[in-house]
Amino acid sequence: MTGGPNWSAIAMFAAFVAFTLGITWWAARRTKTRADFYAAGGGVSGFKNGLAIAGDYMSAASFLGISSQIFGVGYDGLIYSIGFLVGWPVILFLMAERLRNLGKYTFADVASFRFAQAPVRSFAAVSTLAVVLFYLIAQMVGAGQLIKTLFGLNYLSAVIIVGVLMTLYVLFGGMIATTWVQIIKAVLLLGCATVMAFAVLFQFGFSPEALFTRAVEVKASIAAANGAAAEQAAAKGLEIMRPGTFLPDWVSAISFGMALMFGTAGLPHILMRFFTVPDARQARVSVLWATGWIGYFYILTFIIGFGAIVMIGTNPAWVTEAGALRTGNMAAIHLAEAIGGNLFLGFVSAVAFATILAVVAGLTLSGASAVSHDVYATVLRKGQANSDEELRVSRITVLVLAMLAIALGIAFEQVNVAFMVSLAFALAASGNFPVLILSLFWKGCTTRGVVTGGLAGVLLALVLTILSKPIWVDILGNAKAVFPYTSPTIFSMPLAFLTIWLVSVLDKSPRAAVDRGGYLHQRVRAETGIGASGASDH
Amino acid sequence: MAEEDSSGDAARYDAVLADPRYQRLVRRRGRFTWTLSIVMLVAYFGYIALIAFDKAALAAPIGGGVTSIGIPIGIGLILLGILLTGIYVRRANKEFDPLVDALKKEAGE
Repeated sequence: MTGGPNWSAIAMFAAFVAFTLGITWWAARRTKTRADFYAAGGGVSGFKNGLAIAGDYMSAASFLGISSQIFGVGYDGLIYSIGFLVGWPVILFLMAERLRNLGKYTFADVASFRFAQAPVRSFAAVSTLAVVLFYLIAQMVGAGQLIKTLFGLNYLSAVIIVGVLMTLYVLFGGMIATTWVQIIKAVLLLGCATVMAFAVLFQFGFSPEALFTRAVEVKASIAAANGAAAEQAAAKGLEIMRPGTFLPDWVSAISFGMALMFGTAGLPHILMRFFTVPDARQARVSVLWATGWIGYFYILTFIIGFGAIVMIGTNPAWVTEAGALRTGNMAAIHLAEAIGGNLFLGFVSAVAFATILAVVAGLTLSGASAVSHDVYATVLRKGQANSDEELRVSRITVLVLAMLAIALGIAFEQVNVAFMVSLAFALAASGNFPVLILSLFWKGCTTRGVVTGGLAGVLLALVLTILSKPIWVDILGNAKAVFPYTSPTIFSMPLAFLTIWLVSVLDKSPRAAVDRGGYLHQRVRAETGIGASGASDH
Repeated sequence: MAEEDSSGDAARYDAVLADPRYQRLVRRRGRFTWTLSIVMLVAYFGYIALIAFDKAALAAPIGGGVTSIGIPIGIGLILLGILLTGIYVRRANKEFDPLVDALKKEAGE
C-alpha cells in the first residue's frame, strides 16, 4: 500500500455500511420501548447472544493489536489473549445467571438491588462512563488510524465518519441493531481469521513447529542484518518463543494479569448483554458460545501473528530494516494482502473497520443507558419516568457521547491503543467488579460500603495511571514516571475490596440494617429467578 | 429492584428459603462454582506467577525443536477456560435446572 485510496477496500466497506444501515432501518421499526432500546426486548437466544458477546469482545485491539504485538515480540502477545479469555469462566460461574435474574437493563440494577438506589446508581453511572470513555478513545483512535492508512482519508474525517455511523446505529436501532451488527461482524471476523490462519498453516504442512522454526529464522536474519553476530542473532530469534520484556517485573505481571481477568467481569457493555436474553439458562448458554468463539479466535490470532512474521517480516514496503511495522497495528492487514491480494485485503480491512464500529456502538449504548436509566429515570425522576421520556434522554445522551468520542478521538490521536484498553480493564476491575461481587455474595455489604469502596478503587486506578509512564512522561512531558508499573490493579482492586468491607462493617446507619436485611431475598431471586421478569415493559 | 419487592414476593421468598430443595441447590451449586472458579484462578495465576518470577521456565524448548513449553501451556489455558465453561453448563442443565424449575413451580411461576 502506498497510502493512496484502496478502491476494493472502499467498495467492500461501503457495501458493509449500506447493509448495516439497512439492518438499522429494520431494527428502528421494531424499537418502540426502552426494553427494545436497552435490551432488544429480552428476546435474543443464547447462541445469538454468544456471538454478539464474542463480537463485543473481539475488538480492534484484539484482532489488530494482538496480532501486531505477536508480530513484533512473539510470545508476549499471547499473554494478552490468555488474560482476556480466562475472565469468561469466572463471569459464568459467579455472575452471568445472577445478573440475568436480578437485573433488567443495566448492571446497576444488580449492584443496587438491595441498596439505596440513588447513591449506588450514581456511582455505577460514574464508573460506567469512565470505563466507556477510555474504551471509546482506544477504539476511535484505532479506527482513525485504520481508515487513514487504508482509504487515504485524513485522520479527522476518519474519526468523524466512525462517530456519525455509530450514532446512526445506536440512535435509531438501539440494542436490536447493535446486536445484529455485532453478530454479523463476529461471523465475518471469525471467517476472515480462519482463512488467514489456515492459509498460513497450509504453507507449513499444518506443522506449528515448522512455522515457529521459520519465524525464528526470520527474526534471527533481521538481527543479523542489523549487525548482530551469528550467535547473538540466533538468540535474538529465539526470543519470540518466550515471555520477554513486556511485563518486566513481578508487580507489573500480577497487576496486569488481574486487570485482564477481573476487568472483563466489570465491563458495562459486556454485562449489559446478559439482559438481552430471556432467562438465566440462555445467559449461561451464551457464555459457553462466547467463550468458545473467543478462545478459538485468540488461537487464530496467535497463528496469524507468527504467519505475519514469516510472510511479511522482511518486506521493505511494510517493515523497517529493524523489523518494525511502518504503520503500527497493521500486521494482520498486511498479511491479508500477502495471502489474498488486493481483494482479500479490502475484505479484511472492511471487517476490521466493522469491528470497531460495532464495538463503539455497544459501548455508546451502555454509556447512554447508564445516564438515562440509572441517573435520569431512577435518581432524578425516582422511577416515575415513562418509557418515552427515558428513550428521549437515552438518545440525547447518545448524541452527546458521540460528540465527546469524536473530540477525544481527535485529542488522543497519538495514544497507544492497547494501553487505553488495558486502562479501561483496570478501572472495571477496581470499581464495578468488587462492587458486584460483594453485593452478590456478602450479606454484610452496605450502601455506604459499596459507594465509598467502588469510588476509592476507581479513583486510585485513575490517579496511578495518570502517574504512570504513558501519561505522566509521554503526554505530560515529565522526566520520570511516579508510578513505575504497567497496571494499577494490584493496588486499586484490593483497596476497593478492603474499603467496601471496612466501611460496611463500621456502618451502623438505619440504611445499613435495611441493606443487610435484604440479602436473603436477593439471594433467592439471584439463585432461582423467582420474581424476575424479562426485559419487558409492563 | 426495590419497588418490585412487594410483600407478596417477600412471603414467597421466605417459603423458598425454608425449602430443603433450595438449600440443597445453593449448597451444591455454590460448592461446584467456587471449585471451578478456584481451578481457573490457580491455573491462570500460576501461569502469571511463572511470568512474574521465572520467565526462563516457560522458555524451555520441547521435543528438540524451537517450540517452547510456554506455547502449549498458554494454549492449554485457553482450552481449559473453554472446557471448564462446558463442564459447568452441562451439569447446570442436567442437575440444577430441574431443581430451579421445581422451586419456581412451587412458588407459582
